[in-house]
Amino acid sequence: MKRRYMGRDKLYTLKKDFPTDIDFDDAAENPSLIIRSLPYFPKIMHSLNTQHKFDMLSNITAVDYDDYFEVVYDLTSRINSEELMVKVPLAKASPALETMTALWPEADFHEREQYDLMGIIFLHHPNLQRILLPDDFIGYPLQKSYRQAEKEGENG
Amino acid sequence: MIKTETYQLSMGPVHPSTHGVLQVLLTLDGEKVVDSVPCMGYLHRGIEKLMEARTYFQCLPYTDRLDYVSAMNNNFSYCHAVEKLAAIDIPEKAQYLRVIMAELNRIASHMIFIGSLAVDIGATTGMIYPFRDRERILDIFNELCGARMTYSYIRIGGVRSDLSSAIVDMINKFLADLPSMLDEYNNLLTGNEIFQHRLKGTSLLSGEQARRLGITGPMLRASGIDYDLRKDNTYSSYDNFEFSVPLGKNGDNWDRYIVRVKEISESAKIIRQALDGIPDGQITAKVPKVLRPPKGEIYDTTEGPRGEVGYHIVSDGSAKPYRIHIRRPSFINLQALNILCKGYLVGDVVVAMSTIDPILGEVDC
Amino acid sequence: MEIVDIVPDVLKNNVMITTIDGLFKWARSNSLWPLTSGLSCCAIEMMCAAAARFDLARFGYEVFRPSPRQADLFIVAGTLTWKMAPPLKRLYEQMPNPKYVIAMGSCANEGGPFADAYSVVPGVDKIIPVDVFIPGCPPRPEALIYGMLQLKEKIRHPEIIQKVKK
Repeated sequence: MKRRYMGRDKLYTLKKDFPTDIDFDDAAENPSLIIRSLPYFPKIMHSLNTQHKFDMLSNITAVDYDDYFEVVYDLTSRINSEELMVKVPLAKASPALETMTALWPEADFHEREQYDLMGIIFLHHPNLQRILLPDDFIGYPLQKSYRQAEKEGENG
Repeated sequence: MIKTETYQLSMGPVHPSTHGVLQVLLTLDGEKVVDSVPCMGYLHRGIEKLMEARTYFQCLPYTDRLDYVSAMNNNFSYCHAVEKLAAIDIPEKAQYLRVIMAELNRIASHMIFIGSLAVDIGATTGMIYPFRDRERILDIFNELCGARMTYSYIRIGGVRSDLSSAIVDMINKFLADLPSMLDEYNNLLTGNEIFQHRLKGTSLLSGEQARRLGITGPMLRASGIDYDLRKDNTYSSYDNFEFSVPLGKNGDNWDRYIVRVKEISESAKIIRQALDGIPDGQITAKVPKVLRPPKGEIYDTTEGPRGEVGYHIVSDGSAKPYRIHIRRPSFINLQALNILCKGYLVGDVVVAMSTIDPILGEVDC
Repeated sequence: MEIVDIVPDVLKNNVMITTIDGLFKWARSNSLWPLTSGLSCCAIEMMCAAAARFDLARFGYEVFRPSPRQADLFIVAGTLTWKMAPPLKRLYEQMPNPKYVIAMGSCANEGGPFADAYSVVPGVDKIIPVDVFIPGCPPRPEALIYGMLQLKEKIRHPEIIQKVKK
């Protein structure tokens, strides 16, 4: 059995439910869902979790583009054997969005990792602390603008 | 009622049974674990950042060093994702060779699991046997690509070299000896009463909990959920082979052990079928010297020995990846540590950690 | 007159004469007790070296101790990160003298493939003094055994190292 990308018809139903808040490239083969409005983001994810049965949040990535951040959620439905990529663009000045730990408890470590390395803030996360780097680390290394301090810590 | 005060105990980062440099902060009430928090990052090497500065071909050796006891599976996963992104078709023969090597490496990885579980419990003799047998697999890989641990054998577009008849003989001999090796482990460990008492009924993880926490791999299957990407999202040539997915019932330490032991024989089954059915043809597809995948984004998963290995690659059309993020199964599986340890004794923490089977190179990335 | 000359002929074949220093060096070099501490990939090869095929016990070095207080050889096997550096240094300081350090693998030598990463220490010799460097990524168990034999030579004949230094 091979997993399919989320069907076009389901994408259209989703678009009907949230007409102004979501977007997808109709011409693309496997269009990723782009969520434009942050207030509606938890609601859309909730609908994907319950209505469309995406029971697994496989992966969370954050990408640092020139003028905005983008948080990418890779959702998998083990029930329907489907997958979906959800993208949320965030402004450079305030990269913050709602946590998904209530819907998918597995999001905990994923979100902490993205906070640690990319500086994305997940609001209402139960324990948003650095996970991989030491607590006193300065900066977010995966941001493109990050420059390594001159031999940091060598004498200290 | 008399109540005792809880206290904190830090286990690691250097501890013989944390499989590397994992630190666990335990809150204890006497001998009982009240809370356990894994603290990782002591081996964080910044692989994702390093990959951004390298071409797609140069990224490959870093995948070896992620999950260093099953490097083939990581190579496989990375190449599979890049090929999907760049739309490269892989010759049938290369697919078969990949499956053979990935499954051999899965056996080697599970042997390390058995050995380290035994030594964590205190049965040092139990470690010697799987390590001795693992050398046989390493010999095959050594003959194949000259490395014992970091192979980079599976390349973008295919594999590095063809099987010689000597290697086929070695694999056949190994497969013939495998049942007697497993008998030896079963006599030494599985049938051992003390071993059974330590594992049975401890550190329970129900199917629902495992599903909610995103656990994958043998750990999920030990909790009774049938989810194996080789079956549920077939890739490469796995749909040509007959094999079953071993499942556990209770999700205790014992099930996690037994599922992995059974997986060894299932992997052997796949290797045997693949060896018999290797088609003729090329071992690599035509791949340009400088690979520039089209602009786009992909998330691709394969089944590693520890669970779902996923690569999220963002390409901006240049020869270097714009961003790579790796879903490491051990990292996510560690989220279950608190559930596995809570309410059990300190001695069981070691066993629970061992049956999660984390590889710290992969956890910390 | 040398000590050797006053030993009666009867005893010459039965008695070995040496200095206390020489005796200690000889004893130390033949029973190094390594600390069980693996950082990453190289640790697996270190385990292989101690397991059945390569059998480090042939040389008397198989007594891996989990506690730094009982060990006198620190095999730094794997990548050292800045986060791990303080615990590693503390481990080294907890070991009783005389103590020796082997840097196993490219990462421990100079950072290896991760040398330009933001979180990796480019070589353990930035943190603790190293006696023997073993190259390789990861070094094969044979290489580790060879490295330990080199350390044995170094312990027995420290003057060799002093000569090289000049």
